[in-house]
Amino acid sequence: MSKSALSPEMRKAVVRFSGDSGDGMQLTGDMFSQASGQAGLDLTTTPDFPAEIRAPQGSVGGVSSFQIQIGGTEIYTPGDQVDVLVVMNPAALKANIHYLKAGGTIIADKDSFNPRNLKKADYDTNPLEDGSLEDYHIIRAPATSLTREALKDLGLENQAMARSKNMFALGVVSYIFSRPLANPKAFIQKKFASKPVLIDANIRALEAGFSFAESTELFGASIVIPPAKLPKGNYRNIDGNTAVAWGLLAAAENCGRKLSLCSYPITPATEILQELSARKDLGAIVFQAEDEIAAVCAAIGAAFCGNLSATTTSGPGASLKSEAMGLAIISEIPLVMVNVQRAGPSTGIPTKTEQSDLYQSLHGRHGEAPLVVLAASSPDDCFFYSYTAAKIAIEHSTPVIMLSDSYLASGTSPWRIPENGELPDIKIPRFRKPAEEWKPYMRDPEFLNRYWMSPGDKGFEHRIGGLEKKEITGNLTYEPLNHEKMTRIREEKIERIAKKLPKQKVIGAQSGKLIVLGWGSTHGAINMAVSELIEDGEDNVGFTHFNYIKPLPENTEEILSKFDRILVCELNNGQFVNYLRSKFPKFNYLQFNKIQGQPFFISEIKAEIINTLTQ
Amino acid sequence: MQTDVTENNTVLTRKDFVSDQAVRWCPGCGDFMILANMQKAFANMNHKKEHFLSVSGIGCSSRITYYLDTYGIHSIHGRAIAVATGAKLANPELNVWVFTGDGDCMAIGGNHFIHACRRNADINIIIFNNKIYGMTKGQSSPTTPVGLKTKTAPEGSYEIPFNIGEVAIGAGATFFARVPDNDHALMEDVMMQAYHHKGTSVIEVLQNCVIFTDGIHDQITGRDTRSDNQLILEHGKPMVFGSENKMGLRVDGMRLLKHELENGTGQTLEHDAAETDSQMHLALAKMQLPEFPVAMGVIRKVEINTYSESVHQAIASAKKRTSFKSVKDLFLSGNTWEIE
Ligand code: SF4
Repeated sequence: MSKSALSPEMRKAVVRFSGDSGDGMQLTGDMFSQASGQAGLDLTTTPDFPAEIRAPQGSVGGVSSFQIQIGGTEIYTPGDQVDVLVVMNPAALKANIHYLKAGGTIIADKDSFNPRNLKKADYDTNPLEDGSLEDYHIIRAPATSLTREALKDLGLENQAMARSKNMFALGVVSYIFSRPLANPKAFIQKKFASKPVLIDANIRALEAGFSFAESTELFGASIVIPPAKLPKGNYRNIDGNTAVAWGLLAAAENCGRKLSLCSYPITPATEILQELSARKDLGAIVFQAEDEIAAVCAAIGAAFCGNLSATTTSGPGASLKSEAMGLAIISEIPLVMVNVQRAGPSTGIPTKTEQSDLYQSLHGRHGEAPLVVLAASSPDDCFFYSYTAAKIAIEHSTPVIMLSDSYLASGTSPWRIPENGELPDIKIPRFRKPAEEWKPYMRDPEFLNRYWMSPGDKGFEHRIGGLEKKEITGNLTYEPLNHEKMTRIREEKIERIAKKLPKQKVIGAQSGKLIVLGWGSTHGAINMAVSELIEDGEDNVGFTHFNYIKPLPENTEEILSKFDRILVCELNNGQFVNYLRSKFPKFNYLQFNKIQGQPFFISEIKAEIINTLTQ
Repeated sequence: MQTDVTENNTVLTRKDFVSDQAVRWCPGCGDFMILANMQKAFANMNHKKEHFLSVSGIGCSSRITYYLDTYGIHSIHGRAIAVATGAKLANPELNVWVFTGDGDCMAIGGNHFIHACRRNADINIIIFNNKIYGMTKGQSSPTTPVGLKTKTAPEGSYEIPFNIGEVAIGAGATFFARVPDNDHALMEDVMMQAYHHKGTSVIEVLQNCVIFTDGIHDQITGRDTRSDNQLILEHGKPMVFGSENKMGLRVDGMRLLKHELENGTGQTLEHDAAETDSQMHLALAKMQLPEFPVAMGVIRKVEINTYSESVHQAIASAKKRTSFKSVKDLFLSGNTWEIE
């Protein structure tokens, strides 16, 4: 047996559960996340689903995986490389072995490595036996047979018994990381409350896995990762799409308006529509439209009528909505569009992540059509940025595009539930004097927003629309100078929002040779890479990460001016770097781009930084 | 639409719905008549003025939102119905009117139109059918008749046109009416019936475009021909038309037939707009010259639950069932943990 990469002193670890789609790996991963969060660890997770809805059982195409990094320090990514790989069948091994660290641990259900399954995964010989895995630490666990043994007197069919073997795997992993079983047991009891026999079955399988690990002493001592120092409060795990939905709900509640969500199903944004469809209990008005265009148009109608209105989509849908976004811009009404980006163009790779809709968000409309663009950087802060998108939209009478992506949408991280009163107020711009003194295109003198007067407000009847409007009165006009003036006002209105934004912060060196820069969902990997370099003694590198893309924070130029070179890392062909080049042309930009439908690895960013520093 | 009586019984008049904007249609355009009748009908609806919403798309018809002194959205080409649906769901108290044309509604907006008919959101749609694109100056539309020369069909159109009523009823509309632009009394009456109808109401107005299709409806709407060529339907009344109401309709096998009535009304069909089976309504909507008169008035008016009601009923019952009083309750539900 080769040496184990696991050691009792580990301060963080990456575990990957993988099996056939039917093996319940997502649930297993979720339960392990819950238990780890409960134990005070920080964590980030990411699922990896098969692209096909029903891939053949046992095939490599049908493998479903769930990766989690847990740690006693801040954890921002699900981890580059895996310490513990759980494989429920040969296909899962084949699909995932390349994620495993040299010396990493494989926990395999050895019962499922039978000739039939080996053949489905294209193995000529059994990899658990043929020596091909000798660089790793292999635990050959008879998961299927021990689960069956534990469940034998429950009167379940073979298939039903087999469905519990994921709990066996969870039991093994729980033992390795010293997770008590109380949390998963409570979870099982709740989940199967209506089927007591399944409670029994799952708990027995869980215990069987735990005892197997304990009694076989294959692991040496189990690992105790001490809790992370997280701010105090109530926590839960949340994925990016749920966080977006909840941010919108919170914004609607805080400003006292109803939420209208008008969307069309599209991967990977659909869960937002689904979650809010289930949130009628909190008054969400949800419209599943006949197409993407109807969705955004309905949201515009709802916004004019005084609701907090949002439409959620992904790149191709955002393309379809672009004409209507222009209408929202010229009529200056509050509207949130969430774009959960995926690899494009066209259908592209719909389930994979990319940051390639930045140009579209900034520029993808005809005419001079400025709006606000924000980007979230972790699953849990999708909550804050969708809340903030709503706040800015309402306070500044403008459409706001909030960018998430496939990686954030389905990944999870612990989210500290905000305390009452913690979220910033949303102040609705209402005209407080008599209606007779009001004109539809009057503006707040400081921020230039219009006032949000809606059907039901007596005496404020007015018309909005796509035609150019006379300043102040809102009457139709084609006057040349008025059009120029209105165009400038619309741009200026967006730029003035920067006054309200938090200052951009730099981690590490505040000036020097190199600043590493990212935006949106790449925060975790870049942050970890730079932090590790700083820990290693590198004191010439700073890091700054953008969530506010348009307008940029006011001190952006000042920050960039303090470094010799700027390395912009993004999952596209250089969209943010070119945006910065056009805004601040005098600086020396370098770019690091990855366009593989995959998030950054910490290691590749680190290597790029080191490489840049030595050039 | 449920009546929403004005507070303090403020009586609204036509003038209350006249905006301060100069009306810019070609002199003689049928749109003027629709505007005038709409303003009159609005005044009679006894609905709070601040709860009127007019929504339009793009085209000559769609300029009307600027001339109606109500809340209004002049949206983008083809999308008025989608905008209106979102608005109605957002605030079910609104009295929502969509103004659109045959190009705006049946071509670029066709998808929204059929889904509005199917969903039965409580909105009213008035389609100004002049069988041509007016604003872009004379191209074929989905209702342009075969043979008509247009700028995009210089040799005469060879596309089969839509019959708007057939599309609407086929897509599940619960209310469909047709009126000529020169019958003021009928137009106002139909508008009022649409207002009182719970659900999506579709009104097709045969509208004359004096510039590009002048006289296209004349055979139907002309002073001399209209009594023979229009069958004005009234719920519960016999279907008679022609001078001295001498003509009637009967069913022959699977088809409608027109025939001369012998002494009296006995042998003609009676109109039942409330019949849920749409077959007869479809047959009536499809009647064309010269075989038949063109059906006018309310062809179909069937009451079922509206989409906007269903949505809000679902919300009300979900709220009743839940223990969530605020988003905080949702956030704290399920698996959470505390860090001290
Ligand atoms: S072009 Fe035709 S439809 Fe348009 S305003 Fe003139 S007459 Fe009316």
